[in-house]
Amino acid sequence: MAAVTRAPAPPAPAAPQQKPPRKRGRLTPYWLLLPGILWLVVFFALPMIYQASTSVQTGSLEEGYKVTWHFVTYWDALSEYWPQFVRSVLYAASATILCLLLGYPLAYLLAFRAGRWRNLLLILVIAPFFTSFLIRTLAWKTILADGGPLVGALNALHVLDVTSWLGWTSGDRVLATPLAVVCGLTYNFLPFMILPLYTSLERIDARLHEAAGDLYARPVTTFRKVTFPLSMPGVVSGTLLTFIPAAGDYVNADLLGSTDTRMVGNVIQTQFLRILDYPTAAALSFILMAAILAMVTVYIRRSGTEDLV
Amino acid sequence: MAFVNWLKRHLVVIAGLLTLGYLLLPNIVVTVFSFNKPKGRFNYQWQEFSTDAWKDPCGVADMCGSLSLSLQIALWATLGATALGTMISFALVRYRFRARGTINSLIFLPMAMPEVVMAASLLTLFLNMGAQLGFWTILIAHIMFCLSFVVVAVKARVMSMDPRLEQAAQDLYAGPFQTFFRVTLPIAAPGIAAGALLAFALSFDDFIITNFNAGSTVTFPMFVWGAAQRGTPVQINVIGTAMFIIAVLFVVAGMVISNRRTRQKA
Repeated sequence: MAAVTRAPAPPAPAAPQQKPPRKRGRLTPYWLLLPGILWLVVFFALPMIYQASTSVQTGSLEEGYKVTWHFVTYWDALSEYWPQFVRSVLYAASATILCLLLGYPLAYLLAFRAGRWRNLLLILVIAPFFTSFLIRTLAWKTILADGGPLVGALNALHVLDVTSWLGWTSGDRVLATPLAVVCGLTYNFLPFMILPLYTSLERIDARLHEAAGDLYARPVTTFRKVTFPLSMPGVVSGTLLTFIPAAGDYVNADLLGSTDTRMVGNVIQTQFLRILDYPTAAALSFILMAAILAMVTVYIRRSGTEDLV
Repeated sequence: MAFVNWLKRHLVVIAGLLTLGYLLLPNIVVTVFSFNKPKGRFNYQWQEFSTDAWKDPCGVADMCGSLSLSLQIALWATLGATALGTMISFALVRYRFRARGTINSLIFLPMAMPEVVMAASLLTLFLNMGAQLGFWTILIAHIMFCLSFVVVAVKARVMSMDPRLEQAAQDLYAGPFQTFFRVTLPIAAPGIAAGALLAFALSFDDFIITNFNAGSTVTFPMFVWGAAQRGTPVQINVIGTAMFIIAVLFVVAGMVISNRRTRQKA
């Protein structure tokens, strides 16, 4: 920063704005950080504390709530709603795996095979974002409608017999089954998988592929030993960006599912906005937060990509 | 055999295009059903072709009001989040300061938190403070969750900036303000624009956090949510289709302009 100090010397050192740059520079980062960080502290961190305190309160809406360190709420919430927790993790994990399987070929296509079509394809990946995701999710009601062409075809091919046997669908319906919810989750969070994958694949030097080929690696080996390991940062951030919102989502389970596909997000939403049982809702939300943070930490430690910001 | 070989070589392309189809299918359905004339209250089954909804897009009570409210909130949230986020990114890239680790995690955590958790905890705060839920609480929430995404977008750009350009400006006797507005800001502009665009899209389309903190105020996603329970007017599809087309036009126009610029430079 030596050159910075070469700015014209201030004539009046008394005025605070005209102090020599280096001295001013010492406080500048704090002034730059202050408003944004304050916002996050007050509206993100502080609410977490309020929530933690609400979860150990007892009382009623009419008489008000008091902190009584009533930890039993957690036990009650878990023993009553563990199926929804398990379901959330299962659905979110299935959706994440599906996103990876579906998204990788498209990201690969964009990065290496698209040529002059790349920009157009990228637009087509991003553009659906601009139609409200609720409208697009409702469109799945039409696509998966009972007796519609898709369900009819799946029925004719006896695919639904297999999925019913596995418990993913029921009878000749797809709507209001776990399959529909996972399909919706996969659809909604797929771009969050594709874009990080594309970014990390695009950075790979194409000559590495040639080098692998020169060393007699078959395409499959090249992918397994060169391309995939180099795309790991994209896989890690894509997985996180898909799994986390999917685990907390309640829109897909509500619009495409039934009462048998309720996820933990649905429970939190109903407890908070309809039943108004704040301590239980806060406890559930706190458990979800802790579980996700624990999973994220373990996952990042294992895959070794620590600088995500 | 030739066909098998062709298939093998183009397997990735075929799989990728199928995924693209999966991504675009709902948009196609939304567009087609914007020309539907449903019999009941719900627009899920094809009946007959009609352009009624396109002729009268605001014919549904409260829908266009909610749309303009969403646009207003998205604009203000974008402005707020972009300003605060850009300042943070400059501080993170350009300066040394204490508690960097804590600040980094404070920026990362909102992105690693399920929306429903942030929504529920923010509502507990507002309830405890006795705040009136509505426009302001929605705006506060939107700035909060858009902020981190702006920081990520702007930071990437600022990091790739050559600091010597600013030093050169200062060597040429530009003051700190002149350097910032004539050199730093123009170079960082694409990153800031990307962050702002992301913030706008996130805020405009947000449902979960808004649903918790809106009180009785209805934004466009909340209107759609309500419609999904009461009956979906065709006009929803008209808005969805129009937004898709406008977005594609914007992006194509942006690309044409930037292509021309690079060609002029070359």
